[in-house]
Amino acid sequence: MRFIFKTSYAQDLRLFQHGGQVFWYGLLLAALFSAPAWAGEYLMTQLVFVAIYSLVGFGLMMLTGFTGQVSLGHAAFLAVGAYTEAILAARGVPIFVSIPAAAALAAAVGVVVGLPALRLKGIYLAIATLAFNVIVEEIAARWESVTNGNAGMPVAPVTLFGHELEPDRGFYYLCLLLAVAACLACINLLRSPTGRAFVAIRDSEVSASCMGVNLAMYKTISFAFSAALTGVAGALYAHKVGFISPEQFSLLVSIELITIVILGGVGFLHGAVLGAAFVIVLPQAIAVAKDFLPPTMAPSGLQAVVFGIVLILVIIFEPMGLYGRWLKIRTWFELFPFYRRGMFRRQRTYTKTERLR
Amino acid sequence: MTDLAQLLVAGISTGCVYALVALGFVLIYKATETVNFAQGDLMMLGAFFALTSSTVFGWPYWATIVFAAAVMAVVGMTVERIVIRPVLGHPAFTVVMITIGVGYVMRGIVTMVPGWGTETYQIPTPFAEAVWTAGGVVLPVQQLAVIAMTAALCAVLYVFFRFTRIGIAMQATSQNQLAAYYMGIPVRRVNMMIWGLSAAVAAFAGILLAPVTFVHSNMGFIGLKAFPAAVVGGFGSVPGAIVGGLIIGVVEALAGYYLPEGFKDVAAYVVVLLVLMLRPSGLFGETMRKKV
Amino acid sequence: MSFFRVENLGIRFGGVVAVDGVSFEVKKGEVFTIIGPNGAGKTTIFNLVCLIYPPDTGRVVFEGREITGLAPHRVAELGIARTFQNIELFEHATVLQNLLIGRHRHRRTRFWQDLLFTPAVREAELAQREAVERVIDFLELAKYRDSLVAGLPYGVRKVVELGRALATEPRLLLLDEPSSGLNPEETDDMAFWIEDIKKQLGITVLMVEHDMNLVSRVSDRVLALNEGRPIAEGTPAEVQSHPAVVEAYLGAA
Repeated sequence: MRFIFKTSYAQDLRLFQHGGQVFWYGLLLAALFSAPAWAGEYLMTQLVFVAIYSLVGFGLMMLTGFTGQVSLGHAAFLAVGAYTEAILAARGVPIFVSIPAAAALAAAVGVVVGLPALRLKGIYLAIATLAFNVIVEEIAARWESVTNGNAGMPVAPVTLFGHELEPDRGFYYLCLLLAVAACLACINLLRSPTGRAFVAIRDSEVSASCMGVNLAMYKTISFAFSAALTGVAGALYAHKVGFISPEQFSLLVSIELITIVILGGVGFLHGAVLGAAFVIVLPQAIAVAKDFLPPTMAPSGLQAVVFGIVLILVIIFEPMGLYGRWLKIRTWFELFPFYRRGMFRRQRTYTKTERLR
Repeated sequence: MTDLAQLLVAGISTGCVYALVALGFVLIYKATETVNFAQGDLMMLGAFFALTSSTVFGWPYWATIVFAAAVMAVVGMTVERIVIRPVLGHPAFTVVMITIGVGYVMRGIVTMVPGWGTETYQIPTPFAEAVWTAGGVVLPVQQLAVIAMTAALCAVLYVFFRFTRIGIAMQATSQNQLAAYYMGIPVRRVNMMIWGLSAAVAAFAGILLAPVTFVHSNMGFIGLKAFPAAVVGGFGSVPGAIVGGLIIGVVEALAGYYLPEGFKDVAAYVVVLLVLMLRPSGLFGETMRKKV
Repeated sequence: MSFFRVENLGIRFGGVVAVDGVSFEVKKGEVFTIIGPNGAGKTTIFNLVCLIYPPDTGRVVFEGREITGLAPHRVAELGIARTFQNIELFEHATVLQNLLIGRHRHRRTRFWQDLLFTPAVREAELAQREAVERVIDFLELAKYRDSLVAGLPYGVRKVVELGRALATEPRLLLLDEPSSGLNPEETDDMAFWIEDIKKQLGITVLMVEHDMNLVSRVSDRVLALNEGRPIAEGTPAEVQSHPAVVEAYLGAA
């Protein structure tokens, strides 16, 4: 157990609370930045996807985990980012213009979606975002002059100053840098008034507004910020996959994206990364496991079953997600041998009802 | 004019299926405040059971309906007991995610069962191909049968909720769990039965839908169209679910005929967005305010 | 110009008239209490003042400015803070974070600055923290500073809520049943704090309260309500002995 001796208020505002954090996060960053040197091609591809999904994870975590606004339509923002990038890249626009443009456009769409969110709560909001997702998918399929419809459109590889970025090296660093920057931005928001306003809205809208928090403004900011991060992720995704078509941004993708947050642990930024890694690794693991199973089982079916069961088990046994499990393991080691089973038990709120919020 | 009449009947008959799935949503939502994203998949599973009983066992149409509904009632109760009950009281969206997980599992299992798999099947019905002509309007008996059967089911459900002991207990539980508990109603068991009832209704909807979309492992995605239906009616209102389903069905049929291609698929979602913009809790939804 | 004035306030929920034609005036620097039997419409008046519900009739004037029709957060920005009868804290945040949200109306930085955590944000945060620490000292909350609200006993949460309202540095503080759910010692502490808030911090207090001991100890003036209508106004002693008040509480003799 570590006790931190605090001597100034500024200490609470630091990025890292103690030297151990500096060491471990430094080690993680060093490992990630040196990855092209030690990781194979396969692993690099997975790392790029984890970075991209982490970006979405951060965005959704800010919106759902910290502002308490559920979105079942984030694949739509992914689509906005991806199509913007694909179209701009095809016109030869450099990425330091096109990626911010993708983010800005996604954020603008996020504001538009956020507008109904100002009046809608809980399940009604989820349905509204779901409806929005379906409509965006349909627009992408029908607006053939721009998106090339259901035939899809190819995306050129990333070029920077006339040089094509290598997928395993340059493009990986681009994804990693953007993911780290997004993470820092989230941390900054959470330790400043904006993040506190988000949390206030999540926990009690009535009292947030009585404390002077402008609900409409902060919900809109949260939607826009979340959409912008997802838009950036969409732009990177378009380059990584090299070909985009409307069905890559369907409702099922939105559901997969929200599982990142739920599996990772709602309300923890770490959870966004852990959840993203999990969502990427699981299908691969199933593909490996399939070789040991009878061939009659359809692989897609097996994947759905395993994914569903994992989701159910995590929610029942680990409501705080993978990060919650990690916290428990860490505490077990820190307190060894004094860890008690009930330490993280939460009070269940039987009477809490969403109908009256 | 005849076009319009035919469209309306077709729309109402599709709407009936939406309405029944929406009804399942609403029943579960009222009782456990859970939005059951697996409702469409329950419907799909019910259709597969009906398929097996009709093609493998060779049972008549009516018997397959009863069989599928009964099996699904058991499935619904099992799902409630195993995965929903342990998480009651968790934040609502967590529970929603669990039902999404249940949906994944069901879709996956169906593809792995021998004889079901990823193929598309058809359930034989007594009204296939027959038409009924009245004053130049040609109406498939199939569609009329769907409407009639939905109406019959609604009547049965009305009587059930109004006059039977268990139906009244379900209503009480939906209104106020704690108060129902104090009145000696076994709330947990009632919740389980509501899940069973809802799954049985889903099976019924699946059988009605089978002639239109055929039976396959992804037919449950139609449940996503029933969401707008439930929301338009105001989640938590049983008559609202029926009306919402009919509205969505009719709008979809009209959009498919009068508007350019593509509008049919998004019509339901455009309607729900419009309704939510005007009335944030649906047409029949009650607006409750938190007391502070 | 009056400090805070409510004129002919009224609202009905469906067919029920919850508040009807209530007018009163709060003078700067006093403790004004609204009493009344259950269901008299006391909390509803608070919700009308904070504009959580828009009133059907009447208006609310604060420092010469009509506030009816403003958004709830604008009311808070003008310097009106409140507590809630059944505690509306941010449950999954620490006491410190809860109090810092109280500083929200004093925020000076914009979203972009927050995003980059510029030196200006750091400086502002330190200033906010110091202001919050003053409240923590005032209410003796130091030992709970870093605890999650969800795990605290009811009495402490009540104080945290008072602290959060004080952290906004209000000019008018609305307390909704500050003593409900507190034991006699905690109620006693609450009475001291209300007196200190009035005398040391110079904040005007508008309070809804049941506990007549507390009311007569801290209030300068009292308004009694019954069934949404005012029935008596005056000093605590006057109101307590007013025949209409006695009748409302005990029934007609």
